[in-house]
Amino acid sequence: MQINATLIGQAIGFLVLIWFTWKFVWPPLLAAMDERQKKIADGLAAADRGQKDLDEAKAQALEIVRGARNQAAQIVDQANRRGNELVDEARGTALAEGERLLASARGEIATETARARGELRSQVAHLALAGASQLLKREVDAKAHAQLLDELATRIAASR
Amino acid sequence: MSGTSSNEYIPHHLQHLRYDVAKGEWAHGTDGIVNFHLINVDSLIMGSLLGLLFAAIFYFAARRATSGVPGRFQTFVELVVDFVDGQVKEVFHGDRRFLAPLALTIFVWVVLMNTMDLLPLDIPGMIAGAAGAHYWRVLPTADINTTFAMSITVFVLILVFSVKSKGVGGFGHELIAAPFGAHPALWLPNLALNIVELLAKPVSLGMRLFGNMYAGELVFMLIAMLGFAWAGAFASGAVVGGALGFIGQVLLTAGWAVFHILIILLQAFIFMVLTVVYISMAQESH
Repeated sequence: MQINATLIGQAIGFLVLIWFTWKFVWPPLLAAMDERQKKIADGLAAADRGQKDLDEAKAQALEIVRGARNQAAQIVDQANRRGNELVDEARGTALAEGERLLASARGEIATETARARGELRSQVAHLALAGASQLLKREVDAKAHAQLLDELATRIAASR
Repeated sequence: MSGTSSNEYIPHHLQHLRYDVAKGEWAHGTDGIVNFHLINVDSLIMGSLLGLLFAAIFYFAARRATSGVPGRFQTFVELVVDFVDGQVKEVFHGDRRFLAPLALTIFVWVVLMNTMDLLPLDIPGMIAGAAGAHYWRVLPTADINTTFAMSITVFVLILVFSVKSKGVGGFGHELIAAPFGAHPALWLPNLALNIVELLAKPVSLGMRLFGNMYAGELVFMLIAMLGFAWAGAFASGAVVGGALGFIGQVLLTAGWAVFHILIILLQAFIFMVLTVVYISMAQESH
């Protein structure tokens, strides 16, 4: 064991090593490590953000599908209702038309009957008058016997 | 065993390859406790080579460092860097741009130098002997010059950091006014205590590393002494005793080497952490 000039030599070597490490080794290594750390942190944050976006998009898609389903159901409902309405309307129109046709037919029948009855009546009166004039061989004053003739026609009509 | 006998084995292994700068020739013998004419060539060469190895590995990694996916080599280097940076961050709260590289240099260089202790004891000496050197101590940290070179450098850095953070006046005032108080009668006791406190740092740093590595090396040598015992036993025909000695040497060497891995890393770590602690203390006021 001896203290000698080796001390100085090793101290110089040590100082050179410290200087070298300080200037040329440490800065680039640490810079690379810090940069990688930042990159990894950014990557993880981006992954998180992507996951969140995906979740949001999924929820949104679900919402849209649900809305579309509701709308479709609504449209079908509306169509059904409209169809029923149309059928009801058509039925109502048809019924009304039928009744109207029936009523007009009835009215026509009634007028036809009345007209036929009046014609018949006047023909009966003419026949009766002609018969009577034949019978009496003379002209019957139609005016003078109008009351009589009407009475007769009414009786004939009533006897029918 | 380089042709030495058992009582020469350990002294031979503890002898540095020394060059006398003043006389311009290889030195033999010890020549005093302090002698700045002599230089331990083996420590200097091993320390420089391992320092170059450290610088090359980390410079290579630093040159190729990218923020992309790192390879295994880069991951390993970054693991070390991150470990050291984390240790410094825990102790020192400030700008780590100088202190962290300093800690990294200390840690890796000391680990590399300490690891030389795991080389087979006689092989470096044989290689050096083939190259013409009579001695070769392969473990630079078992040379007190290396450990004190580092601890004195750290001591200078402590002074530099003290002056830098407090100014010459502030540091001088702290030396005479702390810890007892600023009364003029207390200046001398304060100064004495502070000088002891300051000097204790490099001495304890240097001695701790030196002592641990020197002792570890010595234990390897003592275990290696078993080699003489079993060789002698075989030579005198005691086969069982010789076999036991051989097995004992192998087991003890292996066991001590495994345990020594812990000491290698631990001592490097302690040197690094204490350096950081001392320098961060120097930046704080008392």
